[in-house]
Amino acid sequence: MKMKELNKTTKSNLITYALVIITYIIVQIILESGHMSSLMEGLLVPLCTYVILAVSLNLTVGILGELSLGHAGFMCVGAFSSAFFSKCTAELLPSGLRFFLAILIGAAVAALFGMLVGIPVLRLKGDYLAIVTLAFGEIIKNLVNVLYIGIDENGMHFSTKDSISLGLQPGGKTIINGAQGISGTPNDSTFTIGIILVLITLFIVLNLVHSRDGRAIMAIRDNRIAAESVGINITKYKLMAFTISAALAGVAGVLYAHNLSTLTALPKNFGYNMSITILVFVVLGGIGNIRGSVIAAVVLTLLPELLRELNDYRMLIYAIVLIAMMLFNSSPKAIAFREKYSLKKLFAKKSAKEGK
Amino acid sequence: MALLEVQNLSISFGGLRAVDNFNIQIEKGQLYGLIGPNGAGKTTVFNLLTGVYKPTEGIITLDGENITGKKTIDINKAGIARTFQNIRLFKELSVLDNVKVGLHNNYHYGTISGILRLPSYSKTEKIMDEKAMELLKVFDLDKEASTLAANLPYGKQRKLEIARALATNPKLLLLDEPAAGMNPNETLELMETIHFVRDHFNMTILLIEHDMKLVSGICEELTVLNFGKVLTHGKTSDVLNDPQVITAYLGE
Repeated sequence: MKMKELNKTTKSNLITYALVIITYIIVQIILESGHMSSLMEGLLVPLCTYVILAVSLNLTVGILGELSLGHAGFMCVGAFSSAFFSKCTAELLPSGLRFFLAILIGAAVAALFGMLVGIPVLRLKGDYLAIVTLAFGEIIKNLVNVLYIGIDENGMHFSTKDSISLGLQPGGKTIINGAQGISGTPNDSTFTIGIILVLITLFIVLNLVHSRDGRAIMAIRDNRIAAESVGINITKYKLMAFTISAALAGVAGVLYAHNLSTLTALPKNFGYNMSITILVFVVLGGIGNIRGSVIAAVVLTLLPELLRELNDYRMLIYAIVLIAMMLFNSSPKAIAFREKYSLKKLFAKKSAKEGK
Repeated sequence: MALLEVQNLSISFGGLRAVDNFNIQIEKGQLYGLIGPNGAGKTTVFNLLTGVYKPTEGIITLDGENITGKKTIDINKAGIARTFQNIRLFKELSVLDNVKVGLHNNYHYGTISGILRLPSYSKTEKIMDEKAMELLKVFDLDKEASTLAANLPYGKQRKLEIARALATNPKLLLLDEPAAGMNPNETLELMETIHFVRDHFNMTILLIEHDMKLVSGICEELTVLNFGKVLTHGKTSDVLNDPQVITAYLGE
């Protein structure tokens, strides 16, 4: 019984990894044969970004059970800190090493912010937590928009007014230029690196969930009082899940930043809408279901693009798909239907009949 | 020396003195009952003992260690585990994982070894699996190890809660109305289980119960609470025949 259960989770994890790798191979084949439109090609790295974001948010929403609406904020922190680093060291380091360090820096800075926000915020519950994380996301976005950082022979200069008040020496350069953001970040992100990061994210989240710490985190989600009564340190594990989730969102931000020549903090990419979009991936993929998040992120990102030819009907169909997925995932009738006609059961029935 | 010694324990919520001057002494290996009419403050006493509430006055000593005012998790580490009146399981976790959460503080490996699946992970997880299955076998739950806790029948959920509490390796086990909602057959079975837990684990047990058959069947000593105050305490048969106690339950 025990072995069977162990095998079941391992098998389920392997299916998730296999799914990602197979998708990667198929996409590579299509790319090689030149059948992919440039529009789709441009979507590949953002897709990886969204998958990482959805999986990492699922760690907070599904596994820890706390609603966070500021996930784009952590992505923003990761994006800007890593782009800043990459631009500063663009001429100093070889691109491979530079990007590797950029990923680490993006993750570390986002983790730091996750911890700073988490310490006070995780005392709150439910709606209050959602409101504070939402505010955090907006504050980060607005802060970045008024941030000016330049560098010259005297070192670094900060300002929150404009680039002239940085007082740079001739020959100095502005790195973060307020609302104009960071331009000229090296384009280090590729689809292959994106997929590797997706796999690493899945590896971290899935292994965490099925470890001693993951059990403690889910125990807190299911019943805080009971978890406390068996000696689980609530604050420690909440903070752990929240910080790891933020760090992974930071990694997604790094991938995002190094795919663009100009990085700006707009409501569209780092604002409230983005946080909600990620939350939609998580909810429709199934809360706590990691593989579901991956699939939902891919389907819901591709759908609007694939339906582009239908013009006005595009958003209508998107909305219908959202409703259909929601019903399929959570209506009791749909769940009963799925259990009745699941592939596994049909196969089991067939083999049982043949056995007779 | 007594395993649990409580002196002058009191708590006030605003003007209400929910528990007033509560004293109890439980020897190691005893099966002790805490009874009283509804609203007498029995669960409040449990919440005080486990650190959910901080007492306004009084001293709680467990095995010579003063645990008054400590946090719930530290009290659990000191050796008190409990079950709840309204069952509180980790519903979305398997039966096995529920017990493994109980084992959390007895077996350690780092977060990193968990994520990278280092040898200490597989070694410790294997030992935890074995320990948890051992406990589940005691409660005849081993066949349901991979079932979700939420899908267990009511009686088995109660048993799982006891198994999870025992997994923390406590010195004192607090059971809050373990027979609530059980039919007479299940109650009989539960009485056997509680006896077995005491003998098999050499456990000290303090339980709250309304089912007088269970109380008179297994408890060796009783304390009766009424309106937050200790009405009387002593040998079970003496206490249950005390006219004061009968009045408290049935009225004048």
